[in-house]
Amino acid sequence: MNPKRKQRLYVILGLVAGLGVAVGLVMYALSQNINLFFTPTQLAGGKAPEAQLIRVGGMVAEGTVARDPQSLQVAFDVTDFENHVRVTYTGILPDLFREGQGVVVQGRMAGGELKATEVLAKHDENYMPPEVTEALRQSGQLDKMKGMTQ
Amino acid sequence: MMTPEIGHFALVLAFSIAICQSVFPLYGYFTNQDGFVATAKPMAILQGLALLVSFLVLMNGFLVHDFSIKYVADNSNLDLPWYFRMSAVWGAHEGSLLLWALILAFWGVAVALFSRSIPQRMAALVLSVMGMIAVGFLAFMLFTSNPFVRILPFVPGNGADLNPLLQDPGLIFHPPMLYMGYVGLSVAFAFAMASLISGELDASWARWSRPWTTVAWAFLTMGIALGSWWAYYELGWGGWWFWDPVENASLIPWLVATALMHSLAVTEKQGLFRSWTLLLAIAGFSLSLLGTFLVRSGVLTSVHAFANDPERGVFILGFLVVVIGGSLTLYALRAGVVSKPGQFGWISRESFLLFNNLVLTVMAVSVLLGTLYPLLVDSLGGGKVSVGPPFFNAVFVPLTAILVSGMAFGPLSKWRQSDDPKLFRPLIVTLVVSVIAGLLWPVVYDGQFALGTAVGVSLALWIAIATAIDLVRKIRLYQGVGTMLSRIERGTIGMWLAHFGVAVMIFGVVSVENHTEHRDLRMGVGDSQMLGPYDVRMVNLEVVDGPNYVADQATFEIYQGAQLYKRVTPQKRRYNASGMVMTEASIDSGWTRDVYIAMGEPLGEGDWAVRLSIKPFVNWIWGGAFLMGLGGFIAISDKRYRRRVTVEDTKAKTAEAVA
Repeated sequence: MNPKRKQRLYVILGLVAGLGVAVGLVMYALSQNINLFFTPTQLAGGKAPEAQLIRVGGMVAEGTVARDPQSLQVAFDVTDFENHVRVTYTGILPDLFREGQGVVVQGRMAGGELKATEVLAKHDENYMPPEVTEALRQSGQLDKMKGMTQ
Repeated sequence: MMTPEIGHFALVLAFSIAICQSVFPLYGYFTNQDGFVATAKPMAILQGLALLVSFLVLMNGFLVHDFSIKYVADNSNLDLPWYFRMSAVWGAHEGSLLLWALILAFWGVAVALFSRSIPQRMAALVLSVMGMIAVGFLAFMLFTSNPFVRILPFVPGNGADLNPLLQDPGLIFHPPMLYMGYVGLSVAFAFAMASLISGELDASWARWSRPWTTVAWAFLTMGIALGSWWAYYELGWGGWWFWDPVENASLIPWLVATALMHSLAVTEKQGLFRSWTLLLAIAGFSLSLLGTFLVRSGVLTSVHAFANDPERGVFILGFLVVVIGGSLTLYALRAGVVSKPGQFGWISRESFLLFNNLVLTVMAVSVLLGTLYPLLVDSLGGGKVSVGPPFFNAVFVPLTAILVSGMAFGPLSKWRQSDDPKLFRPLIVTLVVSVIAGLLWPVVYDGQFALGTAVGVSLALWIAIATAIDLVRKIRLYQGVGTMLSRIERGTIGMWLAHFGVAVMIFGVVSVENHTEHRDLRMGVGDSQMLGPYDVRMVNLEVVDGPNYVADQATFEIYQGAQLYKRVTPQKRRYNASGMVMTEASIDSGWTRDVYIAMGEPLGEGDWAVRLSIKPFVNWIWGGAFLMGLGGFIAISDKRYRRRVTVEDTKAKTAEAVA
C-alpha cells in the first residue's frame, strides 16, 4: 500500500472508531438520562417506579390547587379524567399554569404523591403538549376536551 | 391600493420564476447554450423582487389593520404598537415561512450580484439549485400555508393579537438573524451541488464558497445568541440555554457549519478534504431544514412548539427526504470525481483541523441523537420519553473541553508538516499559567472552589493566551501592528476574534453555571432580602396600564450598604386581547454581573412569589458569541474574495493544465 493510501486508511479508521466510541457513549448516556412518561391512570395502577425521575402529563384538576400561606409550596391534582395524581411543588409556577390547563410535570413519586422538580405549561393557549394529548387519548377523554375548548 | 391578492399573485409569480430559475440554467449548462445559462441571474433577481412585493403587501396588511387577511386577524390587534405589527409579519407560521422564502431569494440575489468573480456557468448551477429549494418552499407555502387567505365577507372588527411572548424587541431581530444563517447555508449547499454536477472542485471553488459559508455562519452565531438572550430576559426565568429541541435544531447546523468553515480552509489552501467538505455542506443545510421541520411540525415538546397542523409536517418531511436523498445520491455518484487523495504530516495544521472536524461532528451527532431519541423511541413503540439537560450536559461539556484543548495548536502550526517543537514551546508556559490561574480564580472570586469553573477558566485562558501568542508572532513577522493588519488575510483576524470569543463565552458560561446566587421567595411590601452585596427591598405594588395590557408592577429598591443603588420595576402583565399573562423581569445589566428580579405569582394577602438572582458574567456569554460573529464578518471582507477572474488566473490555470 502506498503511504497516501495508508494515511487515508488510518484517518478513516480513526474517524470510524471515534464515531463508534462516541455513539456508544452517547447511547449509554441516553439510557441513564431519559425520563419516562406516565399518565395519571398508569400511576394509579402503580406502574411507575418510586424515586426515579419521571414525567406526568394531564390537566390541572379544577379546584385542587392549594397553597401554603407561608412559603412557595403548592399542591394540585393532575388528571386525565379517569384518575388523578397529587403533585407537590416548591417554587414559582409558569405564567400559563391555571386550573383546567394542560401541564407536564417532572418529578419523583414518593408515598403516592409526585414531588415535582419542574412544572411545564406552554406559551400558547391552544397548544397541548403531545404527552398530554396522549394521556387524554389513552383515557378516552380527548374528544370531550376538544369539545370543551372549541 | 395594496390588496392582499397582489401579495398572493406575487407569491405565485415568484413560484413560477423559481421553476424557470431551476430548469433553464441547468438545461443551458448541459446543452452548452449560453443564452439559457445567462437567464439565471435575472431570474434570481426577479424572484427576489416578487417575494419582496409579497412580503411588503403582508406587512402593509398588518400596518393598516386589514383584518380581512386571516393571518393578520390571527396575529394582530388594533392596540398592537406599530413596531410589533411589523415584526408580527414573521410572528407565526405562514409569515415566518414567507420570511424564510424572502431570505432565500435575498441570498439568491446576493449570489447573482456578487458572483462576477465566478465563471458564469458555475454561478448558473448554484442559482439553479437555489431555485429548486425555492420551488419546494414556495409550493409548501402556496399549498399548505398561504399567508394571504382571507376572511370574507365577514371581516372581524379586531384581531386576536400577537402572542404576547412575541411582543418583544427580541422578536424583531432574532428570527431574521437566525433565518439569515439557516438559509444562508443553502448557498454553501448549492455550491456543493454545483461542484458535484460540474465535477469541478479546486482551490478557486473553495475560495468562492468560503465567504458564503462564513457569512451564513456569522449570522447563525448571532441569531442563536440573540435567541438565547431573548430567552434569558423574556421567557427563561433567567436561564440562557435549555437544551430545548428547537434550540438544538439551531445548534446542530451551527456545529456542522463551524466544521465546514474549518474544512473549507484546508480545501482552499491545500486542496484536501474535498469530499468531506462537500458532505459537510450538504449536512449543514439538510440539518437546517430538519430544524425547520422540527419547529414547524410540533412533533417534539418544546417551548417553541405552537398549535400545529400535522399535514404541514408531512409536507416538510417529504421535502426533507427529497433534498437529503437527492443530494446524497448525487454525492454518492459524483464525489469520486472531485476527490483528490493527498498527504500531510501527522503533526500539521491539516491534522489539527481534522481533529476539530472530528470533534465537532461528534458533538453535532450526539446533540442530534439526543434530540431525535424521543421520536425514535416513540415510533418504535417504546412509549413517550424525554431527554433532558443532564444528558446534553454529560455529553456536550466534555466534548467542548476536548475541542477547546486542541484549539490552541491549530493556529500555531504549519501546513503539511509541523513537527518543529519550537512552534509549540510557548504552549508549555501557557498550560502552566492557565491551569494555575484556573485553580485560583474560583477561590479568589467568591471563596467557593468549583471544579467546573477551574476547568472552564483554564480552558478559556488556554485559548486566549494561545491566540495572543499567534497574534504576537504575526506582528513580529510583519514588523509592526499596522503592516500586519494591512497585509495579513482578514480571515486570520476574524479567526483571532472568533477564538477569543470562544474563550470569553466559556468564562461566562462557567461563571453563570457555578456561581449564580439564586432565591425564590415570598415577598410583600416592606419585606427585604439580602442578595450578594445587595439588600433588596420591595417598596411598592401598583397596577399600571400599558398600550395593550394591564400590569401588576412591583417597585424594588436595591441598596448597597446604606446607599440606594437602584430602583427597579418588574411587572406581571395581562394582555387584554388574549388574556395571556407574561412576566417582565427587571434586569440590571453589568460587565461583571446581572441583578435579575422577576415577579412570579400573587400568593394572596398582597404577597408575591419573587425570583431574585445575581448572575455573574452572564453577558460574557453573548459577548463571546458577538465576537465570533464579528470575526466572521471581518473574515469575509478580505480582498481576495472580490477579485475578478483575471487573465493571470486563466493563464496560470492553462499552464497548470499543460503541466
